[in-house]
Amino acid sequence: MSEQITFTIDGKQCTAEKGDTIVAAAKKNGVYIPTLCDFEGLKPAATCRVCTVKVNGAPTTACSATVSQGVEIESNTEEITNIRKAVVEMMFVEGNHFCPACEKSGSCDLQALCYKYQMMVPRYDFTFPRKELDATSPKLLIEKNRCILCKRCVRSSITTNGKSLFAVAKRGNKTVIQMDKTLAADLSEEQAKEAMELCPVGAILKKETGFVTPIGQRKYDAAPIGSDIESNA
Amino acid sequence: MNTDLNQILDKYKGDATRLMDILTDIQTEEGCIPSDAVAQLSERLGISRVEVEQTISFYHFFSQKPVGKYAVYLNDSAVAEMKGRTAVAAAFEQEAGCTFGSVTEDGVIGLHNTACIGMNDQEPAAIVNGVVFTNLTADKAKELVAGMRAGKAVQEMVTELGDGVNSSDLVQSMVKNNIQKKGDVIFSTFESGSAIKKCIEMAPEAVIDEVKSSNLRGRGGAGFPTGLKWEFCSKAAEKERYLICNADEGEPGTFKDRVILTETPQLVVEGMIVGGYALGAQQGIIYLRAEYTYLKKYLESVLDDYRQKNLLGNNIAGKEGFNFDLRIQFGAGAYVCGEESALIESAEGKRGEPRIRPPFPVEKGYLDKPTSVNNVESFAAVSQILVKGAAWFKGIGNDKSAGTKVLSISGDCEKPGVYEVAWGLSVQEMLDMVGASNTKAVLVGGPSGTFVGAKDFSRKICFGDLATGGSVIVFDQSRDILETVSNFVDFFCDESCGSCVPCRAGNGIIRSTLDKVINGKGTKADLEKLTELGTIMKAANRCGLGQTSFNPVVTTIKNLPEEYESRLQEESPYVPTFDLAASVADSCEYVGREPNL
Ligand SMILES: Cc1cc2nc3c(=O)[nH]c(=O)nc-3n(C[C@H](O)[C@H](O)[C@H](O)COP(=O)(O)O)c2cc1C
Ligand code: SF4
Ligand code: SF4
Ligand code: FES
Repeated sequence: MSEQITFTIDGKQCTAEKGDTIVAAAKKNGVYIPTLCDFEGLKPAATCRVCTVKVNGAPTTACSATVSQGVEIESNTEEITNIRKAVVEMMFVEGNHFCPACEKSGSCDLQALCYKYQMMVPRYDFTFPRKELDATSPKLLIEKNRCILCKRCVRSSITTNGKSLFAVAKRGNKTVIQMDKTLAADLSEEQAKEAMELCPVGAILKKETGFVTPIGQRKYDAAPIGSDIESNA
Repeated sequence: MNTDLNQILDKYKGDATRLMDILTDIQTEEGCIPSDAVAQLSERLGISRVEVEQTISFYHFFSQKPVGKYAVYLNDSAVAEMKGRTAVAAAFEQEAGCTFGSVTEDGVIGLHNTACIGMNDQEPAAIVNGVVFTNLTADKAKELVAGMRAGKAVQEMVTELGDGVNSSDLVQSMVKNNIQKKGDVIFSTFESGSAIKKCIEMAPEAVIDEVKSSNLRGRGGAGFPTGLKWEFCSKAAEKERYLICNADEGEPGTFKDRVILTETPQLVVEGMIVGGYALGAQQGIIYLRAEYTYLKKYLESVLDDYRQKNLLGNNIAGKEGFNFDLRIQFGAGAYVCGEESALIESAEGKRGEPRIRPPFPVEKGYLDKPTSVNNVESFAAVSQILVKGAAWFKGIGNDKSAGTKVLSISGDCEKPGVYEVAWGLSVQEMLDMVGASNTKAVLVGGPSGTFVGAKDFSRKICFGDLATGGSVIVFDQSRDILETVSNFVDFFCDESCGSCVPCRAGNGIIRSTLDKVINGKGTKADLEKLTELGTIMKAANRCGLGQTSFNPVVTTIKNLPEEYESRLQEESPYVPTFDLAASVADSCEYVGREPNL
């Protein structure tokens, strides 16, 4: 059996297995740490930074760092909550997120976190950048206005030949997601569905079907993000 | 494409981890990475096209569009601006007939901006097809364009040569070393081969102990104890280990590694060989920034010299089983590749994105093997420590900072250049040394460091106070500090690797908020917002870039508040960034309505 370790999150005594990420360890103890880029089965990329916590006073990302015996983790403090809210606000002003017109509205992790952190108006000015919409694939629509560059799609293996369908391009404030046109031409229905489900926001959309789930029945319509974890406390 | 891609790929054995070298060769041959090359690379390396492009598009000196037969990369960093870049740029544009960021219609001349090229003591400066031109004037720019129009070879346009090794046959460059002050460690006497001779008489552990007890701290900026890093690496379970010399020197205002590599590369190479012995590493890499390609032939000859003397290769200096060799890996224009884990990614042929740590490179570095990355100057110091002893080294400097530091000093001073000083010098002493007067501010540690004003000129340049990887820039009273700050903000917006939200977006927010202040629409609340943003970026970003890129703004708000105060809207707690009436004027006119605000 694997080794059990104990630690605290915001003073609460917790137990987990050695080697667990902080996010997973927290979940086992009914503590929700928000995540966006993290996705089960994919290697951590730690790009969104929304899971920032402090471990023994030093900031780190809870999706990539593992817990160790006896550490004191700060998560729902005023300081960390402010950082998380600011990070969410940054994603909002960095892209063009017009939720009412987005197919993912109600099922979008970014939107759900905005509600969680009660973002009314972001503290930063909107930048309204010009971004591309890539409709070249027969199966997928890539709406880069909404992409938060979490790299879930880049880390996934949607294609069967081991080649990456998605990759990032450029750097700095010009960084952008790219879909391989050759590979995108041969996607199956399942692969397209998988890609859409992978994306935490409305940046990867499957063509031909849309707005299938009515408002009211979407992922976060009934209960806020993280409440399933917190109800296990 | 005219280049035989197969030949290039064969040269690197079709190894995808050598993609940087492959792309460098194509870019040099073709003046771009054409789309058929991308397609072929994708085919041969078994990766998708977007995967090839993700590396290409990360690096400033790789381009999918032609950069021009003569590609001019003119430094647009702050000190270049201070030294008259604008006039030089205008002359280039006028003579060439195209603007910066474009190529002439005939494809002959391309004009490109580029971040600090490590020539701050001889700006304005540009790199044309790898050849460096310094101290440019508008006339010189005209002459260069005329030469290009006449089809001259770029090297032929170099009319005077620099000092020291710069004028040697293998370098033939007009770059100057400007060594203004020699100290006891780096620019002092050293007998080539002596450090290696000394080290093979010692056990590897004893070499590490000697470096540890010298209290040498890394010279690249972060100041991590070199001996300790080596010890961690030597204790890693895996036996295949690597040693990397960080010669990326991208911090604007730093150029000391260039001078060390030009004048005393033996110290560096020997420090690496000593490190190879101590760590049990078999292979070392010198990661050299692309801007210093003009040193390639010379540095390779230095390595060859060591090989010929059996001081590099197998059974070094006759010591059975002491095998270590070195290669030079070129970067391609990305500041963040100076960060050690980004550097490793880049050396593996990828985008230079810093890795998640832990694991640290000493556990899992190059090709996932234990790797120690150390700065050029750190290796140079190691050679002297071995020969002259840890106690000797500790006797120089102050209690927190042993040894000397090579500073690259530029900006408003009479004698810009390289100074090797004992740690612990005050800012004022430094200013007196370089002949600076009427000084308004000093930037210690480059843009990621600290701006200090006159009230802080008694502060000391050392660990624990004003630490620096070597960049020191002086500003006199005539300078508008916010112009410089603005330049550095652009730098970080472009040089962020783009992974972390609070770096990628955060730098953009700094940009727009600073613009608001510069445009006279800022309030005190905006400055508070910037300072708060700094604390968020420090806590939430992955690497040193995003954890310090707010420093030009935040340290000037703190230490030079007068630079902001005159520009603020005193009374108002809030001023909108844009003028609402002006923004809706067009649409109101179109529908024939009065703005109703
Ligand atoms: C954005 C960034 C750029 C850096 N650039 C350099 C560089 O150009 N040269 C360097 O030696 N270290 C640079 N560093 C520091 C390296 O990460 C690393 O600490 C250093 O190479 C270790 O060598 P040292 O211990 O000998 O200083 C940089 C760090 C960051 C975060
Ligand atoms: S397209 Fe979606 S999954 Fe891919 S990086 Fe953007 S937000 Fe993430
Ligand atoms: S802090 Fe900036 S440069 Fe560093 S990893 Fe994050 S995005 Fe990249
Ligand atoms: S979930 Fe941890 S950084 Fe994105």
